[in-house]
Amino acid sequence: MSTAYDDAATQLGRAHSAEPVDQREPASPIPAEIAQTLELAWAEAAGLKGWLGSVDHKVIGIRYLVTAFAFLVIGGLEALTMRVQLAGPNSDLLSPEQYNQLFSMHGVTMIFLYALPILSGFSNYLWPLMLGNRDMAFPRLNALSYWLFLAAGAFLYVSFPLGAAPNSGWFDYVPQASAEFNPGPNIDVYCAGLIFLGISTTVGSANFIVTLLRMRAPGMSINRLPIIVWGTLTASVANLFAIPAVSLACLMLFMDRNLGTHFFEIGGGGQPLLWQHLFWMFGHPWVYAIVLPAMGMVSDALPVHCRRPLVGYTLVAMATVATMVVGFGVWVHHMFATGLPTLAMSFFSAASFVIAIPSAISVFAWIATIGTGRARITTPFLFFTSVILLFVIGGVSGVMTASLALDWQLTDTYFVVAHLHYVLIGINLFAVVGAIYHWFPKMTGRMMDERTGKWIFALMFSGFNIAFLPMHLLGLLGMPRRVYTYGAGMGFSGTNLVITIGAFLFALALLWFFIEIARARVSGRFAGPNPWDGPTLEWATTSPPPVYNFGIIPLVASRHPLWEERLDESNSDRSLFAEGFLLDRDKETIAVTPLDGEPDVILKMPCDSWLPAALALALLVLFGGMLLMSPWIGGVGLLGVLVILALWFQPHSAPADEEEVRVYG
Amino acid sequence: MIGKAPLSYMADGGSRSALALQSLAWGFTAISVAVIIIIAVLIALAIRRSRARAKTALLQDVARDGDGLALIWWGVGLSLPVLVAMAIWNFLTTRLLAEQPSDPALTVQVTGHRWWWDIRYQLDGLEIATANELVIPVGTPVLLQLSSGDVIHDFWVPKLGPKMDMIPGRTNQTWLQADVAGTYLGQCAEYCGLEHARMAFTVHAVPPGQFREWVAREVLPAAGTTAAFDNAAPSNAAAASQSSTPASENPDALLAAQTAQALFESRCGACHTARGTAAGGIIGPDLTHFASRRTIAAGWMPNTPANLDRWLTNPQAIKPGVDMPRVQLTPNERKRIVTWLEGLE
Repeated sequence: MSTAYDDAATQLGRAHSAEPVDQREPASPIPAEIAQTLELAWAEAAGLKGWLGSVDHKVIGIRYLVTAFAFLVIGGLEALTMRVQLAGPNSDLLSPEQYNQLFSMHGVTMIFLYALPILSGFSNYLWPLMLGNRDMAFPRLNALSYWLFLAAGAFLYVSFPLGAAPNSGWFDYVPQASAEFNPGPNIDVYCAGLIFLGISTTVGSANFIVTLLRMRAPGMSINRLPIIVWGTLTASVANLFAIPAVSLACLMLFMDRNLGTHFFEIGGGGQPLLWQHLFWMFGHPWVYAIVLPAMGMVSDALPVHCRRPLVGYTLVAMATVATMVVGFGVWVHHMFATGLPTLAMSFFSAASFVIAIPSAISVFAWIATIGTGRARITTPFLFFTSVILLFVIGGVSGVMTASLALDWQLTDTYFVVAHLHYVLIGINLFAVVGAIYHWFPKMTGRMMDERTGKWIFALMFSGFNIAFLPMHLLGLLGMPRRVYTYGAGMGFSGTNLVITIGAFLFALALLWFFIEIARARVSGRFAGPNPWDGPTLEWATTSPPPVYNFGIIPLVASRHPLWEERLDESNSDRSLFAEGFLLDRDKETIAVTPLDGEPDVILKMPCDSWLPAALALALLVLFGGMLLMSPWIGGVGLLGVLVILALWFQPHSAPADEEEVRVYG
Repeated sequence: MIGKAPLSYMADGGSRSALALQSLAWGFTAISVAVIIIIAVLIALAIRRSRARAKTALLQDVARDGDGLALIWWGVGLSLPVLVAMAIWNFLTTRLLAEQPSDPALTVQVTGHRWWWDIRYQLDGLEIATANELVIPVGTPVLLQLSSGDVIHDFWVPKLGPKMDMIPGRTNQTWLQADVAGTYLGQCAEYCGLEHARMAFTVHAVPPGQFREWVAREVLPAAGTTAAFDNAAPSNAAAASQSSTPASENPDALLAAQTAQALFESRCGACHTARGTAAGGIIGPDLTHFASRRTIAAGWMPNTPANLDRWLTNPQAIKPGVDMPRVQLTPNERKRIVTWLEGLE
């Protein structure tokens, strides 16, 4: 092992040095002659065709990240506009209708178009690299998932410029959202848009699950998976069960509004509360889907900066799954004020208290990892460590709202607004920014600057807390959520002004962060394969990785393949990088058995294809026809969908039926 | 700061329920703050220990220095009893809030509308209809039957107890008891569209004697209407005592009232009721004893002639989106209606 790493920390602080931070060769070698063959088999077509048709998980992952960040900016601008309105009492900068559309779109954007897609981006990028394989199980489905996300995101914003954006909140309660009280196109866009987006999430989740089961390096058994894999796997399984509830609810509401059905309409024997049950049966598991992968990133990356393996790997992995299992049984805690029977609600209240236990396991595991490690105070370390504290703040306020009795006061006040922002920004966004700092060198081959990174952290952390800590107080003072203004005598004014100032500081930090990304992308210091000296397989290949990820498929013998020598787990075998399956006859990779990770079959991987983007476009036309209630436009879209699906599933000539494995070394 | 917030449930609770919730809220807040501080200290200690060890190590070193699992066991093990204690406290409070102390002496139906509150009492076969101001006797449980005429609203008087949704097609029952006389602010707590922010109401908790007087006054047609002039019998003297001169002795006043009432009936009566007149609309608030209310526009403005005049001039300028249209009235007509309404004691 080279000693070039010895003074890495000092080097990290020094920008624009000619030498890469990590000067070693990648642990997984790519001999030149192999590189050439693989490059030929895996490279994508040049020009627009290759750009539109890319099925490379790394390209798709980065597209997810960029698009989700774009939605973060849009949702953030909406939030800042609202904060200006709320800075003082009786403000009339915004009309009530404008305010209502802004808060609804802010919620829809952040929860549906930022929070999960950003994590899908990381998982897409990182999974095959961490698992030691060459791509996801279904690369074209992966591309489809991205294009559908983009199309559905655009669709949800189609009516925004017309002043007719969804305006009944992100959970869109009926009858406020019914045709009778909301006759415009606003809610139709919401319903159709969420069904559309649901397709993207569903195909993406299915892809993650199959990828986990099959697309790993030999030897990558389930007790060796990085925690982000556990997090995304749990989220994906949950999504497959949760998304149908919301898609169904949206379809029912769309039919109530446009076809005269009565699922939620009292006049026809429907029940408004049915919407709330269906929505929250989806909504609560979704909340965990947008934090568990982020917690996984902390569990994987924080230990790198603490120079030791994660404390309590098994407990943390089990806690991840347990959170979601219990998370399916707590949806009624969003409905404590609806007048359901008290005894029934008490069970949901108790289950909500139980969620605190797996959360506590993760928190103490992270603290123990720091305490028994040798922490380097890097920017990712600061972000990940702040996640612990913010998670605890969001966690204890969550316990307060889990209390049935207390929630009868807290619900629908700013206390809940404070709570959900601590959870979603605290665990999702802070982890995401830390993860960008951590994995940016892998994605681009360049480092982000450590010195500005610490300033960005300081500004972001203080701005966030100045903005959201006082919101708890506002809630305790009784300020209801979703109000476009408040009276001067309510005692809310001073606190709201502080919050607005904090929100702008927080936004400034994010702006600085994006500028730093742009700068580092062009002129950041070269990273080398493993600048943080991480233990997992993504650090075994070059930065950025070649299109085929690994020239030789690694053979994994432990949870920390790149730390084996130093951890000196002498009784275990060593992972192999310089010898193993080559699979260079065509665009090929290997599939393993689900539990033990034994090599199983050779997979022929699809090349770049215009089908995913075209299918997303055809579905956009179909949903556009649905929105306009136009059989013609819908018909054209449907026809397009059918034709593209036929092409997608057409049988292709059987590949060479003999499977020949070349082993390198 | 908390004392000055009329919607805060952290201080000045006016009922047993509100006080129980107040203790729960302070207790849980204190535990939460303590947990946050403990974790922050643990993180700081962990970083210090970690940095101390890092100083003596090469950067490329990685090691398992102790397995660290003890912290998880201790941390979770010590959190668990606290969590269980919190859950038990929660359930004890829930029981206290859910169980009504005695049979309610009074039942009130409150129906949420965009964006005001319809309030109806059933008292020995008599019905009292009012809006946006709930008057209750101190020290007695009042059964509330909550429903909605349009979208979901939520009945919430933070200083008196828990909130409860008002869902169309359902009647949610809850009970309310004020143990301290006073005026309490209520607010719609479920997003209900454009004027959700300005859908407030007040609860006046008054001594039982005063409540009976209020009831006696409310069951009558309003003083100031022609019907009240007709009914000005001695038994109603108490109710009508507020009006300065018995109007039946003043033909000019009677004539002015008749003209204004006719105007009200023709221009406002399609939506509003004023008992004792031909105005019997049920779309807007019942205005029978309008002058006795302290606020207009669902708690948004003090009930003064000037504010009422502003409101009638253009309701949309004050609460954009409100169902009440801009009624075309000449300034003179408006003035008459204002004067007449402000006389409906």
